[in-house]
Amino acid sequence: MTLLRLEGVTVRFGDRAVVDAVDLEVAEHETVCVLGPSGSGKSTLLRVVAGLQQPSAGRVLLAGADQAGVPVHRRGVGLMFQDHQLFPHRDVGGNVAFGLRARGSAKPEYEERVASLLELVGLPGAQRRAVASLSGGEQQRVALARALAPSPRLLMLDEPLGQLDRGLRERLVVELQGLFSRLGTTVLAVTHDQGEAFALADRVVVMRDGRIAQAGTPLEVWQRPASEFVARFLGFENVVPATVSGGAAATPWGKVPVPAGSPEGERRLLVRPAGVVLSAAGLGCVVESRTFRGTHVALLLRPEAGPALEAECDLTAAPAVGDRVAVAFTPSEVVVLPAA
Amino acid sequence: MVLDRREVVRDGSPREGGRATAVRLALMAVPLAFFGLFFAYPVAAIVGRGFRTDEGWQFGRIGEVLSQPDIAGVLWFTTWQALASTVLTLLVALPGAYVFARFSFPGKQLLRALVTVPFVLPTVVVGTAFLALVGRGGLLDEVWGVRLDTTVWAILLAHVFFNYAVVVRTVGGLWAQLDPRQEEAARVLGAGRFAAWRRVTLPALGPAVAAAALMVFLFTFSSFGVVQILGGPGYATLEVEVYRQTAQLLDLPTAAVLTLVQFAAVGLVLAVHARTVRRRETALRLVDPARTAHPPRGWAQRALLGGVLLTVVLLIVAPLAVLVERSLDAPGGYGFGFYRALQEAGAGGGTFLVPPLEAIWNSLQYALAATAIALAVGGLAAAALARRAGRFVRGFDALLMLPLGVSAVTVGFGFLITLDRPPLDLRTSWILVPLAQALVGVPFVVRTMLPVLRAVDGRLREAAAVLGASPLRVWREVDLPLVRRAVLIAAGFAFAVSLGEFGATVFIARPDHPTLPVAVARLLGRAGEMNYGQAMALSTILMLVCAVSLLVLERLRPDKTSGEF
Amino acid sequence: MSTTKKIAGAALAAALGVSTLAACGGGTKKDDGAAASGSPKSKTVTLVSHDSFNVSEPVLKEFEQQSGYTVKVLKSGDAGAALNQEILTKGSPRGDVFFGVDNTLLSRALDNGIFTPYEAKGLDGVKPEYVLDKQHRVTPVDSGDICVNYDKAYFADKKIAPPQTLDDLVKPEYKNLLVTENAATSSPGLGFLLASVGKYGEDGWKDYWSKLKANGVEVVDGWEQAYNERFSGSAGGKKAKGDRPLVVSYASSPPVEVLYGEPQPAEAPTGVATGTCFRQVEFAGLLKGAKNEEGGKALIDFLIGKKFQEDMPLQMFVNPVVKDAKLPEVFTKHGAVVEKPENVAPETIAKNRDQWVKAWSSIVVK
Repeated sequence: MTLLRLEGVTVRFGDRAVVDAVDLEVAEHETVCVLGPSGSGKSTLLRVVAGLQQPSAGRVLLAGADQAGVPVHRRGVGLMFQDHQLFPHRDVGGNVAFGLRARGSAKPEYEERVASLLELVGLPGAQRRAVASLSGGEQQRVALARALAPSPRLLMLDEPLGQLDRGLRERLVVELQGLFSRLGTTVLAVTHDQGEAFALADRVVVMRDGRIAQAGTPLEVWQRPASEFVARFLGFENVVPATVSGGAAATPWGKVPVPAGSPEGERRLLVRPAGVVLSAAGLGCVVESRTFRGTHVALLLRPEAGPALEAECDLTAAPAVGDRVAVAFTPSEVVVLPAA
Repeated sequence: MVLDRREVVRDGSPREGGRATAVRLALMAVPLAFFGLFFAYPVAAIVGRGFRTDEGWQFGRIGEVLSQPDIAGVLWFTTWQALASTVLTLLVALPGAYVFARFSFPGKQLLRALVTVPFVLPTVVVGTAFLALVGRGGLLDEVWGVRLDTTVWAILLAHVFFNYAVVVRTVGGLWAQLDPRQEEAARVLGAGRFAAWRRVTLPALGPAVAAAALMVFLFTFSSFGVVQILGGPGYATLEVEVYRQTAQLLDLPTAAVLTLVQFAAVGLVLAVHARTVRRRETALRLVDPARTAHPPRGWAQRALLGGVLLTVVLLIVAPLAVLVERSLDAPGGYGFGFYRALQEAGAGGGTFLVPPLEAIWNSLQYALAATAIALAVGGLAAAALARRAGRFVRGFDALLMLPLGVSAVTVGFGFLITLDRPPLDLRTSWILVPLAQALVGVPFVVRTMLPVLRAVDGRLREAAAVLGASPLRVWREVDLPLVRRAVLIAAGFAFAVSLGEFGATVFIARPDHPTLPVAVARLLGRAGEMNYGQAMALSTILMLVCAVSLLVLERLRPDKTSGEF
Repeated sequence: MSTTKKIAGAALAAALGVSTLAACGGGTKKDDGAAASGSPKSKTVTLVSHDSFNVSEPVLKEFEQQSGYTVKVLKSGDAGAALNQEILTKGSPRGDVFFGVDNTLLSRALDNGIFTPYEAKGLDGVKPEYVLDKQHRVTPVDSGDICVNYDKAYFADKKIAPPQTLDDLVKPEYKNLLVTENAATSSPGLGFLLASVGKYGEDGWKDYWSKLKANGVEVVDGWEQAYNERFSGSAGGKKAKGDRPLVVSYASSPPVEVLYGEPQPAEAPTGVATGTCFRQVEFAGLLKGAKNEEGGKALIDFLIGKKFQEDMPLQMFVNPVVKDAKLPEVFTKHGAVVEKPENVAPETIAKNRDQWVKAWSSIVVK
């Protein structure tokens, strides 16, 4: 069942449309991540859903009900702010209990819930601690507990792990994922970090300049970026103009095989690094740099013709910087994108 | 590490358009009505009376009055002494604000209440106290043979004495709530202690410092008693001239021109203030003040604390102590003779004067009423102004400050010729007294609350709303706790101002319910040892009432760690 | 975010505040209500005066009982301010009777026509020299002399005679001894200036002040400061180490020093230079447009009645104007009799006052 539905939501600041005719659905118990660079309008989207921002056009429906005119505090959604926004004049317990008290919970009831939530986020017994004494990660957890406390039907997270260090982030992603599936929470998160989005989300929505550039499961988006923008945003740099015809594309790198059934004509072409393989013959390149990546080595190659190429290879077979190599392309790692 | 000075999207940004404007107008309705009725209209009426004759409007007087060299001289002196007083007050009081904000030391609350005491004292009494310090045979004279009375230094020092609390309370109030980690962050980034203060804390404090400077300037610009008593007849401010022309010579045309000059000067200052400050106000990270204060560490901090305490003792406690000493210096040795005599007022010589208990009670009633009015009007105004504003609102902001720069006699006489018809025949009503006092209190409330209200991060309110808190609840549980301190400080100011108010009160026809300052003035207006002694005793009581009230007000602060309000 | 509720709450709070105030006022100051509304048949009569007005409670109570009126007293500022407020509200006065116009301000009051003529009962008992307005728009109520006071102890110590006349004050033996008040802002200051005008004429007084200046006269802002701070003979001055044994004050100051001495001294510590005096006469008048004219008339009769006249000296430290009013003993014993005070006609004062004060300032202050 669809819990959240956006229909043609548009937000204009002056002449500029920050959110431009966005349609989006989030099903119950689903976790959707909106992914996009800063300024793509993703935070504004959350504010619209929360009711903090009036849309210039379009509708927001929660469980089928149009939310126009429903004030923020009656929407029953939760929002975890990017920088937590913990209340400085309240202790940890007071922060977590805030939403429960606002909804009229009695003291013994909410105290119990606060305790269990703090336990859930890994801060048992922290009720009387002052928020100023918390570390960034702890603040994050308190903010999460606070947002979860009133059991919102939709939990929205704005850059949930943005300010945390890498180790903590990776651990928290796993924790969150487990938590959400255990609680059955419906989640709409925004982030600029693709790793975070792919790890958390059932579905990913990539935004660009206020519009949805692509939506799909993490795997779909990863495997078949819908545009050069999405491809580059996901971190792929091997994108070139190409003319596709008859199972191959003419590119500045020469002929590149494409998967069967690819659309033909003037296109853009993405070759994922894994599709650039060292071979005995092919496009001649000089190794410009190599970066150890744990399971493989990332190479940056300067081909005889065309722009730089990113490639991956096994640890053992990795050439040295300055070596001359030849590369061939694997069709399964090649994606034909629409012309720019 | 939190370096939290980013731009914040506020409720009042253009996209909320019409609605926000409506909200702002609704919030402003009460303050606008208040100022229209009890300030703008009366002042306009009395100025208009000066320019209008039977033959119509006469503006020729403007040039005539302004071309008089002595008027130009008065304007010049008024302005430069106010500027000098403001600078000096800031120099002396900013370290004080820091110490009160960031250090914890025994007796801090008492001392903070004490520095506000000068505020409530009638100028005649303060003049006495101050002459004992810098006058002939005073402390400076005895120790170093320095006499400052009838010099401009005495005026400037007395202005510092009066306004020290303005800076300490306005700036210190915000300072105590600034997150010290911001400064620490800057220091970690390689800034020296002073550079960190200058680049991080000072800009954050900017609006509060400017607000305090503005108020000190307006106060000293319209200084009356201090200039007359300490400077002697050689120094006169515009305020004195307006008083003379209005109250004594009834030369309304000249008074009207001078009032316009006052307006122009004050308006100019307000404009400069608005230009330099308003755009710098940003959201700050506010924290619990109890958390930022710590005992002084290291010799530098101890020296700073010592220096500030010494200043306070010399500049504020010493003059006050003189009053207390004189009130105890009864015939036949030190004792409470004068205080006992106060209780017997009415008996001695068959003279019926004010029973002092009644005067205390009157004062408290008037002050409470004035504080309530000032808080209601000023609070609404601050709430309206906190929403980022257009030109119209900024004009309103300035309007609220004007009463500080306009002569009390102008306002008092304006009341007379405007509030004289039903349903607003208030000329003989007691409510006029607290209303007039609230006029002076409102700017304090607005100036104290506004920086804090503006500094509250709008997203805290949003966070609360998303958690299900209704707007009223958001206001009660987010705004109020964060500005509570500012509200209490503002209330303290309004209360103190009203407790000690004499100028405006005295021009209003009062039923015979004398306030403490009025009673003191009456006693001082008579010869005789008992009268003088009782005046000193009553002044001491006035100081005590003020200090106790402020201490009680500070105690009203709820326990910060509790989640319950 | 919706703010409507917030406003509603705040507005409610404000409204509550105001109504609480109103309630508090109504509860504690009931007596004001009736007077303010003042119907023609009002039993309240309102006296408007300056801050120094005072009457002892039993005397006022007695009048209220006998006349059946309730007296409400409004005070507003010093004498000048109080009168000017009456002029501004001419035709729609705040009260019925105004008390406190003195001879320096009389012309302004009369020229502005704020009073209704009324010949008070008992006016024939008033010393005729004080009845300055033959139309009886104002009725004299009290008189007082502004005179130089001296510190007896100082002159006894130094073994020199205290000065007695204006001429004495410019003599070298009294150099640097006199403190006076700013004529621009202080009533005794102006009175002393007028004394010099009365004595030396409109042409001679400036010369006198130049000499006085050369002889070291000190000018301070107000009486409180001159008397309580600078004058060595007063209680305050002693504490403040005042070093001026001569001060411009009132002829009634020495009796007051006795009255409020603790314990009362057998002899006043200060004396009066009776040749330096300017006589102030204070008047009362029935205000034009008074809501309670009958009550106002009764009140004026009361002001020149013997009871009030004999009460006045100890309340306001002024002299009665009725011939048969007896002065309290402390006045007859310690007060000075000023035989020939200096005098300037009210019209002359009105015409020249501003100009004299300006001229005076430029001689003395600058």
